Amino acid sequence: MNDPTHDTRFETAVAESRAYLLKFARLQLRDEAWAEDVVSETLLAALAKPQAFAARSQLRTWLVGILKHKIVDVLRQRAREVTLDGGTDDDHADPLEHMAFKTNGHFAERPADWGNPEQDLGSRQFMTILEACTEKLPVVQGRLFLMREWLELSSEEICKELGLTPTNLYVQLHRARLRLRECLELNWFAAR
Amino acid sequence: MNALMKKLPLMRSCKEVTALVIAREDRALPVAERLALRMHMAMCKACPRFERQVLTMRNAMKQWRGYTDGD
Repeated sequence: MNDPTHDTRFETAVAESRAYLLKFARLQLRDEAWAEDVVSETLLAALAKPQAFAARSQLRTWLVGILKHKIVDVLRQRAREVTLDGGTDDDHADPLEHMAFKTNGHFAERPADWGNPEQDLGSRQFMTILEACTEKLPVVQGRLFLMREWLELSSEEICKELGLTPTNLYVQLHRARLRLRECLELNWFAAR
Repeated sequence: MNALMKKLPLMRSCKEVTALVIAREDRALPVAERLALRMHMAMCKACPRFERQVLTMRNAMKQWRGYTDGD
């Protein structure tokens, strides 16, 4: 039990990162049980090879890196469930149709000027809104969007891992990006 | 000339351009679409606003990725 090679500070720090990792696992997987499992696996893997961390500086960066690999495995193994779209008609609507276009396809009014909010974007308040808007995306759209933006997979990689056609992927990402734009506009840029 | 005018191969509506600006985040556009996009942007006052929103979102996601690592 009291193995002198165990660094209890390291173990404590790893264990304390659980809630932090769980937040991202939930956002990406949109399934509580999968998220819990993948975070447990991540923590076990980290505890099993503390020497792999020694050379590095940021514990969380290292843990998030392990988590991302494990999450890609889960997404691949559960590809069918991951892309099973049980969404509502509203989820399947094209957000482009809510935007103010005239019948000839030209903008009826100019899109809002969001300014140049470089500093705002890094603020904790903005991150909270961004995460809330991402969480509000329909489940499949949210997963695919974060595979692009958090896991940083290419569209080709996502299609390969999940067995999706490019057309299907692009339709879902198109909706996700426009929905996110709408949510950010309402809750951040117009609300400031 | 008439045939060319009829096809107007490089003319795009704002709605089409909006879809292209979004699509560009996830796939490389064919060269003809890239050219049509540029020409539309040069003439239109509304679409460049939308394009800047999309670039702001791209930047926001990048910041968020950095934020998830370090915090």
